[in-house]
Amino acid sequence: MITVENLTKRYGPHPAVDDVSFHCEPGTVTGFLGPNGAGKSTTMRMICGLTAPSAGRATVSGRPYRELPNPGREVGVLLDASAQHAGRTGREALTLSAYTMGLDRREVAAKLDLVGLNAVAAKRRVRAYSLGMRQRLGLAQALLGDPRVLILDEPANGLDPEGIFWMRGLLRDFADRGGTVLLSSHLLREVEAVADRLVVIGGGRIVAQGDKNELLAGGGTVVRARDGAALRRALDAANLSAADSSEGLLVQADAEAVGQAAADAGVALAELRPASGGGLEQLFLTLTAGESTKEAVR
Amino acid sequence: MTTTAPAAGAVAPRQHTPVRRPSLLRLTGVELRKLVDTRAGRWLLITIGLIAAVVVTLQLIYAEEADQTFGSFFVPSLLPVGVLLPVLGILSITSEWSQRTALTTYALVPRRERVVTAKLVAVMVAALGSVVASLALAAVGTLVASATGGAGTWQLDGSLILNAVILQVTSVLMGAAFGLLLLNPPLAIVGYFLLPTVWGVLGEMVRPLRGPSEWLDTSKTMEPLFSSDALTGEQWGRIVVSLLVWMVLPLAAGLFRTLRREVS
Repeated sequence: MITVENLTKRYGPHPAVDDVSFHCEPGTVTGFLGPNGAGKSTTMRMICGLTAPSAGRATVSGRPYRELPNPGREVGVLLDASAQHAGRTGREALTLSAYTMGLDRREVAAKLDLVGLNAVAAKRRVRAYSLGMRQRLGLAQALLGDPRVLILDEPANGLDPEGIFWMRGLLRDFADRGGTVLLSSHLLREVEAVADRLVVIGGGRIVAQGDKNELLAGGGTVVRARDGAALRRALDAANLSAADSSEGLLVQADAEAVGQAAADAGVALAELRPASGGGLEQLFLTLTAGESTKEAVR
Repeated sequence: MTTTAPAAGAVAPRQHTPVRRPSLLRLTGVELRKLVDTRAGRWLLITIGLIAAVVVTLQLIYAEEADQTFGSFFVPSLLPVGVLLPVLGILSITSEWSQRTALTTYALVPRRERVVTAKLVAVMVAALGSVVASLALAAVGTLVASATGGAGTWQLDGSLILNAVILQVTSVLMGAAFGLLLLNPPLAIVGYFLLPTVWGVLGEMVRPLRGPSEWLDTSKTMEPLFSSDALTGEQWGRIVVSLLVWMVLPLAAGLFRTLRREVS
């Protein structure tokens, strides 16, 4: 169980995370979505007591992270797979964590086995690991203390398709057995496949959160015209925000409003339908429309 | 479907048993292990040992035979070892940041002052170990000397051992303090070696600084520790004052900085 209440982090006058609140229930996987620089990692670091919030608070299993007596036994954390000592072997990195948590050394071998790092890989120095192997090592580290909560920042990054499929199964199973998972990603397909709930963040603020199916139901409308520029002007004139998607413009309004706006401006439509097939990707694009460009400019 | 991944069932969250926080003893054990579990760390320790061995060997070859005593093997090995020990202290603290393992370390032990305490104890243990190594090498030197015609006398004042312990423990702690304050290996190493030297040179050159330099230049205040003569009250006073400036102050400021720093 993770509870985040009004978390805010300012660097100078610029808020990196602005009044973010959400909670993650046992038995669920919460997907934490947002473009790069939206504040996902900063939020997760604040939950884990690694960054002091400017305002607000977060608790894990009912307590602030810093007050957990032995956090590794309660929360598995993977914030950056590259944050390993390049000169240690994979096994040594886990052994240090196991000693710290007071675990039996057998746990190290068991978790290495679980994430698919064989004996040869475990004896190699992390310097020689691929990003995918580092992610597996980081996941082994997060799972080492048999925690009830997992906080993972972009864990699918660098994994091959088979690895992503495997991890999806692992997280789903973890949640189905009563665990709580908070998983950040910009790999939208990955989150859509495994999450029950979504928290979408853009520019430091939460732009949408709730049950995945409910959020996906209001996916907006896809509209396409031969004269795309005229269509966009028509939508702007009607005060409808539109985002580019692979299939055309994605508008956060129902088909009737979009069709009317086009008719008013005399734009001939080539396609007009509710967005459904693209699911989360379109939701994501809609909700973060403007945010990512703002991010790119900054 | 080919997959190397075993069934995911094994990661189910277990029913909870009450967990205790890791003891300082356990954390110190972890930090001691970190000193030796990388090639860089191991070689630093090996180098420290080798240098002490080289010093003893040079004594055997070049020192007057009458001077080849246990004490004269022991004391000269302290200085080069004392130069490298601070590097050990610096790296123990700063490598967490340069290698970014702080992310894991402080996620597992969010009370950072406990990790810092464990690190300080670990490097102090290493400093004590270096004194033991110096004694052992001096013993070997004495044995060889008595076999090859040197004096080979075993006499050594207990106060000299105590002085050696103070010397090595404070130098490793000074290094650790600089590491804590600067949190960056090259910066801390350069700062540690440069600042006292600059201060020493200034003390020689600028007459008004000569007085304070007697109290603040650690290379001067610590010098009496190399002899077996009992230190006077004023000599102790100078050691304490210089350590306040070069050890206690950076330790306190560094701890403050480390506790507040954002880990990313």
